[in-house]
Amino acid sequence: MKKRSQSDLLGRSLTWLSGGALALDLLLVIALLAVLAVNGLGAFWQHKLVRLTLRDGTRVLGEIHAEETIPEQSATRMLVKVGNRELTALDFRWIDEANIATREWPEDATLLERLEWGNFYGALVEIRRGGSVLASGPDEVWSALGPLRDQKRREAKAVHELEVGPIDRVNRELERLRLDARKVARQGLAKEEEARRVTEIEHDVAAKQAVYETLTAELASRRATLVSETVIAETVDGKRKEIPVSQIVRAIQPNRMGTAATMGLYASRLWEFVSADPRESNTEGGIFPAIFGTVLMVFLMAFAVAPLGVLAALYLREYAKQGVLVQFVRIAVSNLAGVPSIVFGVFGLGFFVYGIGGSIDALFYRDALPAPTYGTGGILWASLTLALLTVPVVIVATEEGLAAVPRIQREGSLALGATRFETIRRVVLPGAAPGILTGMILAMARAAGEVAPLMIVGMVKLAPSLPIDGEFPFVHLERKFMHLGFHIYDLGFQSPNVEATKPLVFATALLLVGVVVLMNLVAIIVRNRLRQRYTSSAV
Amino acid sequence: MITSAEKTRSSKSDVVRAVPREVLHDPAILPPITDSVIDVDSLSLWYGEKRALEDVSIRIPRKKVTAFIGPSGCGKSTLLRCLNRMNDLVDHVSIDGDVRFDGMSIFDPDTDVYELRKRIGMVFQKSNPFPKSIYENVAYGPRIHGTKGKRDLDEIVERSLRSAALWDEVKDRLADSALGLSGGQQQRLCIARAIAVQPEVILLDEPCSALDPIATAKIEELMDDLTQDFTLVIVTHNMQQASRVSDYTAFLYLGKLIEYGETERLFVKPMKKETEDYVTGRFG
Ligand SMILES: Nc1ncnc2c1ncn2[C@@H]1O[C@H](COP(=O)(O)OP(=O)(O)OP(=O)(O)O)[C@@H](O)[C@H]1O
Ligand SMILES: [Mg+2]
Repeated sequence: MKKRSQSDLLGRSLTWLSGGALALDLLLVIALLAVLAVNGLGAFWQHKLVRLTLRDGTRVLGEIHAEETIPEQSATRMLVKVGNRELTALDFRWIDEANIATREWPEDATLLERLEWGNFYGALVEIRRGGSVLASGPDEVWSALGPLRDQKRREAKAVHELEVGPIDRVNRELERLRLDARKVARQGLAKEEEARRVTEIEHDVAAKQAVYETLTAELASRRATLVSETVIAETVDGKRKEIPVSQIVRAIQPNRMGTAATMGLYASRLWEFVSADPRESNTEGGIFPAIFGTVLMVFLMAFAVAPLGVLAALYLREYAKQGVLVQFVRIAVSNLAGVPSIVFGVFGLGFFVYGIGGSIDALFYRDALPAPTYGTGGILWASLTLALLTVPVVIVATEEGLAAVPRIQREGSLALGATRFETIRRVVLPGAAPGILTGMILAMARAAGEVAPLMIVGMVKLAPSLPIDGEFPFVHLERKFMHLGFHIYDLGFQSPNVEATKPLVFATALLLVGVVVLMNLVAIIVRNRLRQRYTSSAV
Repeated sequence: MITSAEKTRSSKSDVVRAVPREVLHDPAILPPITDSVIDVDSLSLWYGEKRALEDVSIRIPRKKVTAFIGPSGCGKSTLLRCLNRMNDLVDHVSIDGDVRFDGMSIFDPDTDVYELRKRIGMVFQKSNPFPKSIYENVAYGPRIHGTKGKRDLDEIVERSLRSAALWDEVKDRLADSALGLSGGQQQRLCIARAIAVQPEVILLDEPCSALDPIATAKIEELMDDLTQDFTLVIVTHNMQQASRVSDYTAFLYLGKLIEYGETERLFVKPMKKETEDYVTGRFG
């Protein structure tokens, strides 16, 4: 009797313990997401601009970002974003509450988000073109600024198109001619033939050079018009600053904005964050290239790892004679999953980048050497390295999926006269598909979060162009790429402007989690579809 | 003739063969069957070192129902699985003796085992529909044997399901998962699936052991109709079932064929003591 109640007590406490452990896990996950969201998403919200007059008479204009009590004193201090980095050196300032004499919220306080130097806080004075004044006085400047910025945006776009279009094309043609010239020199042709070819190439080069010069001249003149209009703005302590209108990303007067406008601004900033290129050494602008790089790399990895892992597991489970050797291989595969990821990175560098990439360069891109094409880190090598890293996960999950297909179903197929291959293709693999997809989900989640190995096989702080773009052949797997994980590291530890990047670290982390969740969600939906198709729906 | 391991046995079998075997003339295992479709000729089978069948010779009559009965572990399933070479799939099996299907040895190197299994279908103890739709289950066999056209497949599916007395119950939900059917329906689906490749023989290994009496009755009824077109071999634990459905019954005990004959005769007037004990239920 006594024994019975004892074990009952044990059972009940185990229920509580296991339930508690689960609750704790959930709590941690929720806390993690909440911390990321609160710290990250707050960064895009526009605070009102406050003008503080300090007890010593100096004035400060900016946004209050945080307030905290000073340790071991009862006073509080505030973190104010004051911007104007080129004038004040630091765009964040701690101000003791006790030092503040007055606070005002002037209607015409203006925030200019700029391409360079970050935010400007102050008042608008004039718009100038060359020597002449186009508009003066805060209100007139404010209303003139909008249309002028639209025009400048169009001009900037045209300049950009000129750069990446015709000029880039001419550049590449020149580069090709240069390689041709080297090829001719290496070929060892007959004297006069070589001379003829050389003059031919030189002739082409001269023609292209001429085109290049006209284009650059046009570019220079367009750039000059682009910066011809400037805004004169005045900081709260009376310093004047001339800012080209084309440099202004956004002009905002927060103290005049209602809630709806503020929310619109918030949405637009959030959209900029996920869709635009980074600026100012990644501390401003968006992180689209990092999102793109991460997703593309994970998909490439999935394409590589799926056949590799599934076929390997198929052999291990279906074809290999089960014995000591297979068991040993199995253990080795499982252990592979425990190898530190940086080791895979080093392997990827030695094997993929130097080994295979170097050979590809030597065979197909000789004329470009010593500049490497594939013989340097790139998204392809990074994906393959991660594929190696995650293949054990896929193998183990696939093996489990295969083992879960009941023997009697295989026999059912064989008894109908199906061959082993037909049985595997039509019965075993479909039955194992949910398991395989589970493996893929785990592999993709793991790959999306890896940073260390990528740092040596092609991930960079700032990639000049995406691995997929409009330029022939459209997919450039040899290119370097940006990655959300590395971006977080870069923002958090490599940036001089800590206060500015801190919220971005959280926002980027949130985004990384979001990207992983989204990819997994897709895979899970596919898996559930398959499960539904292959298992009972009726009771 | 089948596995490599079996070669090591051949010396043993030579010795056995040299001795004239009066068992072949034993009336207890030699009913007068003229038209046999499968002839098992002194078949022995070992799982590793363990002997599961010992010198079994039996002739399966065409378009009749033959039942294998006997206590658990006596080798009924093993014998049945020899007939379509499903034992090939088991490791460490060695076989001696011969099985002839329509006069051709099934162990002959020229025999196409996939063709053999097409002609000798099988239904298992536990129903094993594929996790696919009802239609796909039945169409599976024809598809792998090369039937492509939708019209042909539709026709085969309907005919097979009708033969398995399942058509009326499932005709409106052919696209549903087969796993949503009841146990009895699933087993009839497996029969339909076997029928779909138009075999000559269907082997059934305790097809009703997991079913309730009503589902069992349905399948027994079905078996009666199937003898129009097929030869049936059924393994059963249920003596009543054997006596109800079968024309011939074989009693196996400890891997040996003890008695074989017309069902009525075997149940009413068993020639062997073991058979009598078993059919009268005096058996352990
Ligand atoms: N794959 C196998 N490996 C080793 N031994 C086996 C294997 N299959 C069957 N046996 C053995 O062979 C003997 C005959 O088995 P079998 O399955 O043919 O018996 P059965 O008459 O069908 O019994 P049951 O009525 O319980 O199904 C049994 O002793 C069994 O343990
Ligand atoms: Mg059995």
